[in-house]
Amino acid sequence: MSAADPTVFVQTGSIEEPPDAEAVDLTAPFGGGTLPNPVTTAAGCAGYGRELAKFLPLAELGSITTKTITAQPRAGRATPRVAETPSGLLSGVGLQGSGIEHFVEAELPWLAERGARVLVSLAGESVEEFAACARALNGQPGVVGLELNLSYPNADNQGLVFASNPATSHDVVQAVREVADPELPVYAKLAPDVTSVTDVAKACVRAGADGLSMINTLPGVVIDTDTLRPRLAPSGGTVVGGLSGPAIKPVAVRCVYEVHAAMRAGECATVPILGMGGIRTGLDALEFVLAGASGVAVGTAIFNDPTAPLRVLDELREALAARGFARLTDAVGLAHHQN
Amino acid sequence: MAHPVQRQAEIVELSPVGAYHRLVLRAEGIAGRVLPGHFAALAVDRADGSLLLRRPFFVHRADPAEDTIEVVFAEVGAGTRALARQRVGDLVDVVAPLGTAFPVPTGPASALMVAGGYGSVPLFGLADRITEQGGSVGFILGAASADRLFGVEQARALTPDVLVTTEDGGYGIRGQVTLPLTEAMRAIEARVVYASGPTAMLRAVAEVCANEEVRCFTAVEQTMACGVGVCMSCVLPVVGEDGVSRLVRSCVDGPCFDGSRVRWKDFGTVPPDLEGAAAMGGH
Repeated sequence: MSAADPTVFVQTGSIEEPPDAEAVDLTAPFGGGTLPNPVTTAAGCAGYGRELAKFLPLAELGSITTKTITAQPRAGRATPRVAETPSGLLSGVGLQGSGIEHFVEAELPWLAERGARVLVSLAGESVEEFAACARALNGQPGVVGLELNLSYPNADNQGLVFASNPATSHDVVQAVREVADPELPVYAKLAPDVTSVTDVAKACVRAGADGLSMINTLPGVVIDTDTLRPRLAPSGGTVVGGLSGPAIKPVAVRCVYEVHAAMRAGECATVPILGMGGIRTGLDALEFVLAGASGVAVGTAIFNDPTAPLRVLDELREALAARGFARLTDAVGLAHHQN
Repeated sequence: MAHPVQRQAEIVELSPVGAYHRLVLRAEGIAGRVLPGHFAALAVDRADGSLLLRRPFFVHRADPAEDTIEVVFAEVGAGTRALARQRVGDLVDVVAPLGTAFPVPTGPASALMVAGGYGSVPLFGLADRITEQGGSVGFILGAASADRLFGVEQARALTPDVLVTTEDGGYGIRGQVTLPLTEAMRAIEARVVYASGPTAMLRAVAEVCANEEVRCFTAVEQTMACGVGVCMSCVLPVVGEDGVSRLVRSCVDGPCFDGSRVRWKDFGTVPPDLEGAAAMGGH
């Protein structure tokens, strides 16, 4: 080696700037429009917001999804209503609530005053009942969308839930879309325990759904080996509850993944997906985003940590920044890319 | 109801007391807000989410000067087992204070405290408050066996009027707390009875109080999932001020209820006259 060799050696590349989480654009597609960020609460896990407001400013969430509201007051199921399971919770509350009239008069104005963007979860035992609830929300303050809880027994179909088949899901969405304020996105919330969640998703989108929420709880039973009886009280002839929490997350991610794949393949018109089922951390939320969700709902994790929705939002922002994403939307569905 | 805060609390003491564990937690801004009958909800497994639900425990003592609260718990399952294995210096995620506290008489009054097992935990702070106001207290502390009693010495330090019952007769009167109840109420001319313990005991105490026409406040123990009022798990049938019965949440509307308003015999059912019961037909 010659001492006269003039070659100069340098480090190539540059040390990257530390990711600036605050700079990540979290604007989230919602229906035909957007919300400031992708995080909401899952129906039935945040009440009507009053209790959570003690722990976090509701207006900082993308939206707050109410517990499911029905036309008439419902007493709910007998107790015990819950059983803890490994990484999960089996629950059967029976949609206890005071009905749509009470909600519109007593709860919604309170939420609107706090600047909360409210996604109202609705259910009914007939197509007409869904539509009546939707109509009652037209022109009301604070409402940014409707989420139809299709996992509700259909009185006209032997008590099978609407979500169990594409045709009944279609009918509910269509009826609500016809009467609801055209400005309000209508989301259909789908059940995972169906032969093809994609077929139900397609039917809902055909009927005019502006978005899809996935997933509702999975039906389950827990038996107490001391009392030798089911842990949930028999109520209306059932001891079945809905399983939620981290235990169901892979099922939920699968549903989002399959439906997003169908949209990419052109089998189903593209609408935003709101992903939920076991989200406890920002990385859980990122999984849903990568599978195809442009919004995420935090549910059962709230029972563990009342600040979970805001914490998940912060963690998701940091996770996106750490991976070099400038925008949330750049990550939506990325897991489907071939390379 | 209370105005709860969420804190990472430091364990400053964790020691056995009879069949139970005494846990002292230090966290800013909780102790000064605690009233007798309030509870704390502790996360037992924050690391991986395998045990999701918080465990609710009555606050036994609150010391605002030290920023500490004390809870007492029994090891009954995986969550309380995990808690019992924590060490001094460990952090526990706490939400407190929670719930609606015991109503307290505005002036001097004679009060009888009735507890089953470690149900006595919230009654000592309450007894302090009543005696501070010039009132007097008596206690009936009962349990299945002597090791399941909690606070007998604490009670004796407050008043000579302490009765102890055990179902196996190992200590004190053989039987349940209701056995000496009527006599004890009359002996101390109780204007109010405060009861805390299992539901069957509360129901029995409330019935005696109704017969004796004495006010009765009960601290219920219902299975909770969140402790903060969002999950709707811990409901029980209660007659409202308007005369209408509803399933109300023991975590926010309770855990301290007027015993005469609780529909004890309807626990675990949805009676047809409840608001919204009609809509429950079929499902």
